[in-house]
Amino acid sequence: MRPLTDEETKVMFEKLSKYIGENIKLLVDRPDGTYCFRLHHDRVYYISEKILKLATNISRGKLVSVGTCFGKFTKTQTFRLHITALDFLAPYAKYKVWVKPGAEQSFLYGNHIMKSGLGRITENTNKYQGIVVYSMADVPLGFGVAAKSTQECRKVDPMAIVALHQADVGEYIRNEDTLT
Amino acid sequence: MAACRIEDVLAEAEKDEAERLKNITVHKELDVEFDIGNLLAFDKNSINTREFKQQNKDEFFRSLARDNTQLLINEIWKLPSEKVEEVIVVKLPDPVTKLPREKPAPKPRPPTKWEQFAKLKGIQKKKKTNLVWDEVHKEWKRRWGYKRAKDDTKEWLIEVPENADPNEDQFAKRNQAKKERVAKNEFNRLKNIARAQKLEVPGVGLAPSAQQSKAELVKAVHVAKSSTASVGKFQERLPKEKPQRNTGKKRQFQPLIGDFAGEKQKQLEMLKLMESKSPRLDITKAVNKQMREEDSEASERRKGKKGRRGTAPGKGRRNALSGKGKGKGKGGPSKGKGRKPAMRQGKR
Repeated sequence: MRPLTDEETKVMFEKLSKYIGENIKLLVDRPDGTYCFRLHHDRVYYISEKILKLATNISRGKLVSVGTCFGKFTKTQTFRLHITALDFLAPYAKYKVWVKPGAEQSFLYGNHIMKSGLGRITENTNKYQGIVVYSMADVPLGFGVAAKSTQECRKVDPMAIVALHQADVGEYIRNEDTLT
Repeated sequence: MAACRIEDVLAEAEKDEAERLKNITVHKELDVEFDIGNLLAFDKNSINTREFKQQNKDEFFRSLARDNTQLLINEIWKLPSEKVEEVIVVKLPDPVTKLPREKPAPKPRPPTKWEQFAKLKGIQKKKKTNLVWDEVHKEWKRRWGYKRAKDDTKEWLIEVPENADPNEDQFAKRNQAKKERVAKNEFNRLKNIARAQKLEVPGVGLAPSAQQSKAELVKAVHVAKSSTASVGKFQERLPKEKPQRNTGKKRQFQPLIGDFAGEKQKQLEMLKLMESKSPRLDITKAVNKQMREEDSEASERRKGKKGRRGTAPGKGRRNALSGKGKGKGKGGPSKGKGRKPAMRQGKR
């Protein structure tokens, strides 16, 4: 485990800012204690200082996970967000997409969101903007990328894809053994 | 008065003598055990707690230590002593008590490269006789070393091999080969030592080999380039030369548990910088906004026209999109562009 380098921090922040914009500040500067990002086995974990200090007792090979896994760095040093980060993305999300109850299951099985399944979308969402997906009951289901802007969404046919799937809470079951 | 004095002096002397004797003899309930070899004494007597509590504790310990030391010295005096250069010397017996060693026991020498290989292959050392029969001299000679049997350095004639250069000096060749074998062996020995002490083996990359591979040549070039006074800093590069990989430069990371406040400050500054870099006017966002306004206008117009069913709704929409009614500045991009040059002309 080690702190992120400046470059890694930048790459991660740029990715996070696609979903929560400048709200990253609220993750970095928290009134309820010191929280920090740490890299462990190429994965970025968001940990409170207290837990981090406890985790130092565990050797590197034996430590599976600590705090919340935000995502991982690929071999080419790009950052991929994991579904485990949803707990911190959902409250701060700037652009949201609500799916209709009928399309919920399809999304949770890893499919993209079609126009027909789109319940609501935040106004003036841009194309390729990072979005957080909610059910109509405001339960966060996952996140993805807007394939069409809000304006375009109004005109496209019902079978067109409006949001690209990136991660959903169904992964907790599908990828149970690899998720940390 | 003088006699009185003499008596006094005598009495005092007697007293002194008694005290000295008393000092030399120490009475103990249990005998103190000795290990004279280590100059050790074990006092197994229990401490008189009442006396210990009543007395000054330091004083008590001091007197106890003195008594026991006295016993130890008494014991030493019992040993046969001799005088060496006006000094009385006692030879101490061997120590009885076993003391733990000061340093940890030495570790076994790590196996050499050959030993590792032999173990892997199951090769075992065979004991050979030291002397062998020399057919030429008809006598027993050593297998190796000076005056050995079948000594190839002592040959007065060497047959030139069939495919060899006839002008080549076979004796020199043999000597050279021997020297190289010795050098190689020495190098291997040093490598074994370096490996055992976990040092980096110097110059491994440039060991001479018959056919140097591309990688070896590249390494040789880089070593040569960095062998300047400035460690190759000002060395020129060839046009398409690639920088060497794996130069052993190590990344330095911040400590895991270090300056949390500083880390936070740094990240916040980074966020500030990222925010300032993003453009003030997001073009796609502006275009989207524009499109939305147009759409809302169009829908309003449609609502207004709903009363009249006869007219084609398509027509009205088209009109709205082209932005004829309200939006002079907000017109379609092609229109705006077309207008621009005209305005300039007017200014001129």
